[in-house]
Amino acid sequence: MSTPDAPLVEVEGATRRFGSFTAVDNVSMRVERGEIVGLLGANGAGKTTLIKMVLGLIAPTGGTLRLFGREPSRQTRRQLGYVAQGLGLYADLTVRENLAFVAEAFGRPRPSELPGPLRGTEDRLVGEIGWGLQRQLAFVAALGHGPKLLVLDEPTSGVDPLARARLWDTVHEQADSGTGVLVTTHYMQEAQQCDRLVLMSRGRQVAAGTEKDIIGPTTAVEVRTDAWARAFDALIDAGLPATLAGRHVRVADTALPRVGEALERAGLRAEVRQVPATLEERMTSIDRAA
Amino acid sequence: MSGEWGAYGVTVRFGRTTALDDVTLEVPAGQVTALVGGDGAGKTTLLRTLVGVVPPDSGTISVPALRDIGFMPTASGVWRDLSVDENVDFVAAAYGLRGAELRGRRAELLEAAGLAGVGDRLAGQLSGGMRQKLAFSLAMLHRPTLLVLDEPSTGVDPVSRVDLWRLIARAAADGAAVAMATTYLDEAERAAAVLVLDEGRTLAYGPPEKVTAQAPGTVTVSVAREAARLQGAADRDSRLAGGEANHGGVSVAREAARLQGAADRDSRLAGGEANHGSPTTAAPVDRGYSWRRGHEFHTWHPGPPGPGERPLEPDMEDAVIAAALADRAARAGGGARTGEDREDIADAGPTGRDPNSDNGAVRAEAAGSEGRNA
Repeated sequence: MSTPDAPLVEVEGATRRFGSFTAVDNVSMRVERGEIVGLLGANGAGKTTLIKMVLGLIAPTGGTLRLFGREPSRQTRRQLGYVAQGLGLYADLTVRENLAFVAEAFGRPRPSELPGPLRGTEDRLVGEIGWGLQRQLAFVAALGHGPKLLVLDEPTSGVDPLARARLWDTVHEQADSGTGVLVTTHYMQEAQQCDRLVLMSRGRQVAAGTEKDIIGPTTAVEVRTDAWARAFDALIDAGLPATLAGRHVRVADTALPRVGEALERAGLRAEVRQVPATLEERMTSIDRAA
Repeated sequence: MSGEWGAYGVTVRFGRTTALDDVTLEVPAGQVTALVGGDGAGKTTLLRTLVGVVPPDSGTISVPALRDIGFMPTASGVWRDLSVDENVDFVAAAYGLRGAELRGRRAELLEAAGLAGVGDRLAGQLSGGMRQKLAFSLAMLHRPTLLVLDEPSTGVDPVSRVDLWRLIARAAADGAAVAMATTYLDEAERAAAVLVLDEGRTLAYGPPEKVTAQAPGTVTVSVAREAARLQGAADRDSRLAGGEANHGGVSVAREAARLQGAADRDSRLAGGEANHGSPTTAAPVDRGYSWRRGHEFHTWHPGPPGPGERPLEPDMEDAVIAAALADRAARAGGGARTGEDREDIADAGPTGRDPNSDNGAVRAEAAGSEGRNA
């Protein structure tokens, strides 16, 4: 039996080594009921290894990881829904066969009716229904057994904005009804859907909290000028981390005067002001510092 | 030289499927123009008309000579079995680049891409971000005036993406006309102009600020916090009342929420009138027109907001969803609709198309062009 008040996921100082390589290094985090926790990081940050430990596929070599208050096992697996990046569907089985297969694995009745967009696709091969519908099917398959914890790896890649919104509606509905959600994403737009974020870099947890917590008081410099291209080139040539934002240029991690000087040296006039950093800018600078 | 590269009123059919329907995309020099849409929206087909591999059934394509076009296909466009240097050599040979010019160009591009010093590493052994930066460098090698990038950032982590975006911006700053496809709006928002495609048709087109300003109808906001608070209280109560108050593995609170969800669906089917007098959720009346943004519900109204509804200035994401909903409403016939129709509109998802059509055709072609057609 699970412990009622225990967090759904409780990771304490978890470490995972592969030979001399430390993929996850002393990470602590938790996911509570009804909470959406976003896991962010560059490639090689250790997200996938951490997810595999949560799924019970590999064990930590140090520290502890508890699911529903206990060690990950086949029992905990039954209370967990997982949508893999590659979706994990069988392309040469029909939609109905895919769902039946999953339902049997979890000892659940086969779903009698599919949600709207999938209706009418029951007898088609999954490989033929298009990527967007496959995503929705993967969600249906992951939710069929009423999991307490939902683990989503890049859940909406390749779908259009409306379909992405619908998938997130589903995620929020699950969270509102008490399911905990652990989601990895590369996109800030999705990170903003989460209640809390955990940032990883090179195996370590480098920041955690709400978007606001993580950005904190950090700022960037916004450069407005008709000659954005010249300003951009001048800033890059001055070794500053300039990025393009529409027709403006932004410079992260740099004091206002330095930006002003670089523009002046290039003989450019521009409106320069300090603005709050974006999550992406903050994340990049944390990652670079780590 | 012309600054007016682009596709004008282009229609492309694959058999009986219309992959692009009268689509116009200008790709001016010195800026980044973004194409947004899901898988199968027509982004790849449009980019392929620009590089000349898909002839349009009607409309005009205005592009420079092929040797002045740089193309980065979806499947990254590097040869994984060749080293970084060999990838550069191979493309350079195709464009007749050699000697000091090649040495200079190689050094410049690999340095900018953060690939200096890994010239002898196999491209297949690079990280996803590095591989995309190499693919970009290959597309840029011959100094094209038109740069066509098909989802350059897909699968690239956020930190590498910042670098990649910087390379793309630099190309535009140096005068190239850049057309770039992406599935993500936060990326498109940084372009000078955005074309939003859905099932081969234009949903919205213009500078980001124009796309948001011209979003159809009204978007209002309500907060889901009340729902979450009540739900949280219910959960606590049930825990206090008896551990987790588990009956057959389903907690009372969750079951209540599930039933509420079912009730909402039923009432929506019955006539689009959900949630009246329902204290357990602050979900807006018509879920078909609502979507979540964190703890907020955003709702689209075809016309002005109703009394007591709080309108907001839509951002790019809201604007594109509003445009998609308006488009579906218009295609469903407009005018008065039953609840059932609304459900269809809500659920018809942009994915409800013939998978043997644009999507399949383009995917197949993309897969066939693994590597590059330099």
